[in-house]
Amino acid sequence: MCDCCSVEKQKDIYLPEPASVNDARMLNSTEMYMHVELDSGKPLGHAPGQFVEVSVAGIGEAPLTVASSPTQQGFELVVRNVGRVSGAMHAMKAGDKIGIRGPFGSLYPIDELKGKDVVFICGGIGLVPQRAFINYVLHNRDDYNQVVILQGTKCYADRLFCDEIAQWCRRDDVIVLESIDLPDKNWNGNVGVVTTLIPKIPVDLKEAGILVCGPPIMYKFVLMSLMEKDVPLDHVFVNLERRMKCGVGKCGHCQINGMYVCQSGPVYRYSDLADVPEAI
Amino acid sequence: MSISTLSKTDFKRFLDGLLSSQRTVVGVQARGERFAFDVLKSAGDLRLDYDVTILPPKKYVLPQVETLLTYTMPDRYESHYEEDHMILIGVHPYDMVAINQMDILFAQDQYDNHYMRRRNNMTIVACDVAAPSKNVFAASMGTETVREGFDVLLTDIGQAWVVEIATEKGRDLFRDAPGLADASTADIAARQAVWDKNKAQLNKHPLKCSPAEIPNLLENAADHPVWEEKARTCFSCGSCNTTCPTCYCFDVQDDVSWDRTAGRRYRAWDGCLLENFATVAGNHNFRKNKADRFRHRLYRKGMYVPGKIGGQIACVGCGRCITACIPDIANPVNIYNRIVEEPAAAARK
Repeated sequence: MCDCCSVEKQKDIYLPEPASVNDARMLNSTEMYMHVELDSGKPLGHAPGQFVEVSVAGIGEAPLTVASSPTQQGFELVVRNVGRVSGAMHAMKAGDKIGIRGPFGSLYPIDELKGKDVVFICGGIGLVPQRAFINYVLHNRDDYNQVVILQGTKCYADRLFCDEIAQWCRRDDVIVLESIDLPDKNWNGNVGVVTTLIPKIPVDLKEAGILVCGPPIMYKFVLMSLMEKDVPLDHVFVNLERRMKCGVGKCGHCQINGMYVCQSGPVYRYSDLADVPEAI
Repeated sequence: MSISTLSKTDFKRFLDGLLSSQRTVVGVQARGERFAFDVLKSAGDLRLDYDVTILPPKKYVLPQVETLLTYTMPDRYESHYEEDHMILIGVHPYDMVAINQMDILFAQDQYDNHYMRRRNNMTIVACDVAAPSKNVFAASMGTETVREGFDVLLTDIGQAWVVEIATEKGRDLFRDAPGLADASTADIAARQAVWDKNKAQLNKHPLKCSPAEIPNLLENAADHPVWEEKARTCFSCGSCNTTCPTCYCFDVQDDVSWDRTAGRRYRAWDGCLLENFATVAGNHNFRKNKADRFRHRLYRKGMYVPGKIGGQIACVGCGRCITACIPDIANPVNIYNRIVEEPAAAARK
């Protein structure tokens, strides 16, 4: 067999695998939730933090981080209606078909944080990628020390996975701190942006693994707060969003300086980014 | 494999024979006062005395628009490959170096078999430069000659061509060439003279450092004033990207039939100078400023891509961006030289 006939070289890296939407519903007024299974019946094979390229025939592809832990059947996606592909996904219902490529990209530091305190700092839909690792940690709860989840949301109506957060709150081995920036009469908890919760974290941040995900503006302020507390930069992990058109390190769209986010990201150790312009 | 000579008359007979076969032959032809690669219909149209083509031969290994897959709704996807066997005649050394670099990039990490199948089905007849273009600086980049990647290399030594056959594909192509004879020592010396002349001549914009120093040069120049100065008049038109033989960024789009029952997904050339190249969902643009996009191109050529291909600089000195740039800011040599002469720290004062 010649070199170019090897299995790896036969594989078309742009060809999506058919998949079925088993469940599709709105989580709030902007975010749609989907449960998906590959038609092949095989597991997706992702690790928390990794993303897939979702294909909608006739529309195109969009990169989405998997919202669920690999410890469950099938996988979940959460998408906001902000573009053509996400718009088409919002029109979908159970039984509809999509295509999936991946999983691609880097993973959360699953092994490195074993035995340590784990702090999740999420802003708005930043909860979605983090949820994959949160549920993984909760599934393997004995492997990790204290688990703290910070969630900041703009207004009460935007809250995601409310039932799930309520379940986390009921557990005595998870600390959940939630805050709403613009509260209404439905909310009587913490008020303010997510950074206002950081002083309330009951673990030693210098020793913990800290995972941050949220809108671009949130990173600057969260990182400033963490720096004030002398948190070592290599204990902080951020999840970056870029426009990955190909997902396989060719098309150039997700490049930040020399890094292709689709290959070395989307999860980065902050100490690897601190000196990189354009990253945060 | 072998070095031969072929008289100009025999070369024309060889071409006539080739063109009467069923194979797709692409060669350099005149387009007004400039030149372009296009499908060759007649041997008389081939212009191996050209200076530079408007677009690089990249368009045959990575076409402007290339179908990657077809589908029928809602989820029957099928890979699409264009398996054309093509003979590409007249690739200059700097363009050959650019193709060699892309060969590495598309094969590494995740093997892109759309690119690689097309490339493997191609027979490349390279050709040493006979007339320098007005903006070429290949000699500064070490790409005025090339020693690999081609199947055949032609060098004009006056009455004849020196024909270096480097691969089996090249041997097959010239198998029936009439009048092919072993090159004499004098012929090989004549070829060396062409190379020496090109070393001196293909350098309209001399670089004031060695190409190997460029990555280090850029390492500390991210906030050099040159980016703002140059980008001030940039139109963000992306001409420097589209004419560049080493730019390979692409966009992926869908094209659907009128009744929405079937469609195709294709990739198309994209350019990092275009305003929305780094825009993500929600309209957040990670490289909103012209200067950041302008710097990105030069960093990609001089630092990022070299990091992926063993240090080779991803600028081959063809000079096309210089010619294409209307505000005349694209010249990479001017920028690199500016940083050599005035390092970032000094320039900021």
